[in-house]
This record gives sequence, structure tokens and C-alpha cells, in this order.
Amino acid sequence: MSLLELKDVRKTFGAIEALRGVTFSVEEGSVVGLVGDNGAGKSTLMKTITGVYRPDGGDILFDGLSLVGKDPGAIRQAGIEMIYQDLALARMRCVAANIFLGRELTRSVLGVRLIDSKRMRAEAEAMIARLGARIPSVAQMTGQLSGGQQQSVAIARALTFNPRLVIMDEPTAALAVREVEHVLDLIRTLKTRGIGVILISHRLTDVFSVCDRIVVLRQGAVIADDAARDTSMNAVVAHIVGATDAPRQEAHP
Amino acid sequence: MASTTTPAASPSWRQRIVGGAAIRVESLLVLVVLCAVMAALSSAFLSVSNVLNILLSTSVFGVLAIGMTFVICSAGIDLSVGSILALSGVVGAMLTSNLDLPWWVGIAGCLAMGAFTGALNGFLITKGAIPPFIVTLGMLGVGRGFALVLSNGISIYGLPPQMVWLGQGRPFGVPTPVVILLLTALVAHILLTHTRFGVYAQVIGDNEGAARAMGVRVERQKVLLYTLSGLLSGLAGLLFAARINSGEPTAGISYELTAITATILGGTNLFGGRGSVLGTLIGALIMGVLQNGLNLLAVRPFYQQIAIGAVLILAVWLDRINSSQGWRR
Repeated sequence: MSLLELKDVRKTFGAIEALRGVTFSVEEGSVVGLVGDNGAGKSTLMKTITGVYRPDGGDILFDGLSLVGKDPGAIRQAGIEMIYQDLALARMRCVAANIFLGRELTRSVLGVRLIDSKRMRAEAEAMIARLGARIPSVAQMTGQLSGGQQQSVAIARALTFNPRLVIMDEPTAALAVREVEHVLDLIRTLKTRGIGVILISHRLTDVFSVCDRIVVLRQGAVIADDAARDTSMNAVVAHIVGATDAPRQEAHP
Repeated sequence: MASTTTPAASPSWRQRIVGGAAIRVESLLVLVVLCAVMAALSSAFLSVSNVLNILLSTSVFGVLAIGMTFVICSAGIDLSVGSILALSGVVGAMLTSNLDLPWWVGIAGCLAMGAFTGALNGFLITKGAIPPFIVTLGMLGVGRGFALVLSNGISIYGLPPQMVWLGQGRPFGVPTPVVILLLTALVAHILLTHTRFGVYAQVIGDNEGAARAMGVRVERQKVLLYTLSGLLSGLAGLLFAARINSGEPTAGISYELTAITATILGGTNLFGGRGSVLGTLIGALIMGVLQNGLNLLAVRPFYQQIAIGAVLILAVWLDRINSSQGWRR
């Protein structure tokens, strides 16, 4: 059984068919590259998986259980974390508060659940250290950090709660060369720990260097789904821009 | 003037003094300077009875401003607080005075009316996807209208003594509304800074998309925020009615202006993301001192409106200058 199975997922916004029956799957410990031109439906698809959008048709199975109709909190609880392209950080809150956003640690005082900032800071500190990220202090306001540091916070948040599937939307787009290598290494580490990864990226060299499979979306449909070793940069580019009219190749195990 | 930082106001210094409560030193400075000026201009200003007077007059819109703090830090606005205040007071007075129901029904009626109207605001904003500005502006009219319709436009006189005590009582010499304001501020401060509810309010104002993506139930949270603002407007309505011993349909006109000004003066970001109840308390005191001082100096009340409006614009302008210099703690 696959970790994540998308079956004929559809989503329309008014007259626009953003997703026209998307089907593919992600195995445990595998990295799937999701590529496609702007407007191909990548972000819509991911927001549908994470529960921000509700699909109009089809099914999304995680560990065999349907995710359709669950809210983003429940889907995170199930073990799917996403690192958003815009990072989804609250910039006026501290690093620790962002890492625990939506999952604040609390302690009970006279029956009232109060946020345990001290414990959150300590655990955030440990997580940042484990990732080898350089952040002056977890008490620092997130908006005051550099772009790369903010990226680290978003990554730390995704990895703190032992996810089983991590979705990364353009995690390397805003990074310097050395930081990119760091993120790619991190993806390889996740893979060895049996965590599934969906990597959305325009940088095909990154995609080819870490992905096991490459799925190409065009106009809301999957037009290619190949093992990375069975395809080439040129073929993927051709699929992205629509230079081939080849029918969709069936996914093989 | 108020936007400059004194050398002593380093983050660590501030944090130690205000315990991370995000009170702006500038707000405190304004309050102190204002008090000094008033004390110099009027010998009556610093008398115990006048100080209690200021606190008493601050208590009604102070309670409104505390609710406003939650709404504004979530990047919302509630223009209906003054109307809800009047409507709640009228309902509370009708229940006890006209229907002869016991005092606790009157109190519960005020609070329930406020909370209900606030919840209605929240539902219209979230389910109806109408901007808060429009919904609460509409409710400003609707609430006031209902208050006038229910009361036939005349004040409903004569509340049970227990209710009147809430407005006129003086336990240990301190007016009851002041005690209630301080208790409300204490609870609200804990709620805003130490619970998920308060933190999520600020995160929604900071980055609503992030809040949603991280599993915060944004819609539910917003309904609760406007309900809280309504509830506190109901409480303010209760205090107001109790103080004048009647439900007054024209009570609290333009109080939204005072409440918003107090909130912004207290350092809550008009565009959402951070808020401070203790700051709001300082802001409300600034407004109270200003009004009181102008009264003592025998300035005609008409000028007070001008002063309050000008202070609001000035406060937002200073805030813009501050935030354009980058975030500071």
C-alpha cells in the first residue's frame, strides 16, 4: 500500500478546472518530484492534499484512509507536513511560536490551559540545533531573520512532529547555493528515515538529484509519471512545455 | 516626540519592566507627560477624588477597548461597540424595570445581548464573507436602531439595587466599575498572551493564510473574537446603565472612536499581528485623562471630540513611522 494515493482528484474554481483528475502515489521513503509550468496546478494540488482546499471529486488516501473533508489541523495530525513557498510564518511572533504554531505546548494552571512558552523555546532550540541551522535565538521575532533563516524555521516546523510525508513547495528557490545543498541533503536524510517527500521545484537539477520519481503536471492533469532514471531532463522539459503530445505513460511500480 | 526611543529603552530593559507585555514605553511617556501637564494646569487634577473620577469614566470605554484589542490585533475592526453598549443596557433595563425580573436576569441579559450581537457580527464576517468594517458599520446602525425601537427612544429608569451597585458601589472606596475594568483587563491579558485563543487572534492578524495552513480554525476563531468584543460591549452597557440607573438608548454614541483610539495608543497594531491589553489600559487612561483635563480646564465638550479624533490620527501616524523603521519589541 502506498503512503499517499491520489485518485482522480478534481478541483474547479468557478469556470476554471484547476485539477482535472490527478492520479499518482507516493511510497514510504521515496521522493517524488512534482514539476510543471506556472498555473499547471501544483500549488492547488498540494493545498488540496493539506486540506486548505476541498477536492470536488476523486479521493486522497493516506495510509489507506481518506483525507477528503478533513481540516488542515487534522491532516497535519495524521502526519503530513508542508513547507509552503511563502513559508507560512507569522512574522511578528518568535521562532519558537512559529515552530509550534497550531500545536502549542500547554500546561494546566487551575484548570486553564496556558501556553508553555518555556518548554516550547527549549524544544525549538533543540530542533534548530539538530537541523544545524544558525538562528541567533528562538526568542527572536521571525520577521527579523534572513530569508534563509526563515526557511530553516519553516523546515524545522515541518520536521518537529515526526511527519510521515513532507511536501516542499519550492524550498530552494530563495536560497544561496550552499543552502540549497543543505536542503537537498535534508531530503536524502528524510528518505533514509522512511519519510515520503513530494518536492515541487522549477530547478530540474535539484529534482533529478534527489527524486525517485518525477511527475509532470500540465493544465491540471498528470502528463508524465516516470522513475527518474527512466527519463531525462529534455523529456521532462518537453512534457512541461507541452512539446510532446505523447499520451500519459502509465505509472509502473 | 513619542516615537523617539530613549537610550534606557533597550529591549532587555523594556522586557524586564513590562514583562514582555508589549507595552510601548512611548504610551507610558505620553500618559505621564499628559498627567504632568494637567497637574500643572489644574490643582484639582491630582486629588484622590479626581483620580478616582478619571478611573471611573475610563472604565466603560476601557472595557470596550479591551474587546477592541482582540479584534484589531486579528486585523479586524468593530465599529458596533457603542451601539451594542446601548442595546445591551436597554435590554437589561427592560428585563428588570419593565418585566420585573430579578437583578441577575438583568445582568445576564446585558451580557447575553452583547455576546449575541457580537456573534452575529462574527457569523456575517465569516460565513457571509463581508468585510468586518462593513458588517460592524451596519451593526452600528442596526444595534442603535433596535435600542431606540425597544425603548421607544426614552430612557428606562430604575434598576434593581444590585445592578446599580455595579455602577455606583464603592467597595473599599474604589468605584465598582474600576474594579471590574481591572479584573477584566487581568483576565483579558492572560487570554491574549498565554492562551491559544489570544495567540491565534494575533497570528490571524499577522498572516491569516499561515494560521489556516497550520490548522488554526480561522473562521471559528473570528466568530469567537467578535463574540468576545460583543460580550465586553454588553458588560460596558451594563456598567453604563448601572451608573446612571437607567437603560439609555442613546448611550455610547461615538464610543467606538474612543475605544479604537485607546487601543491604537496602547500599541496594538492597527493592521493586526500584535496586541497588548495592558497597553490598551494605558491608552484608555490617556483618553480618560485627556477628557477629564479638558473638563477641568472648562473646555467646551465639543472640542473634546476634535481632540479625540486628532489623537487617533496622530497615534496611527506615529505607529506608521515606527513600523516603517522595522519591528521593535
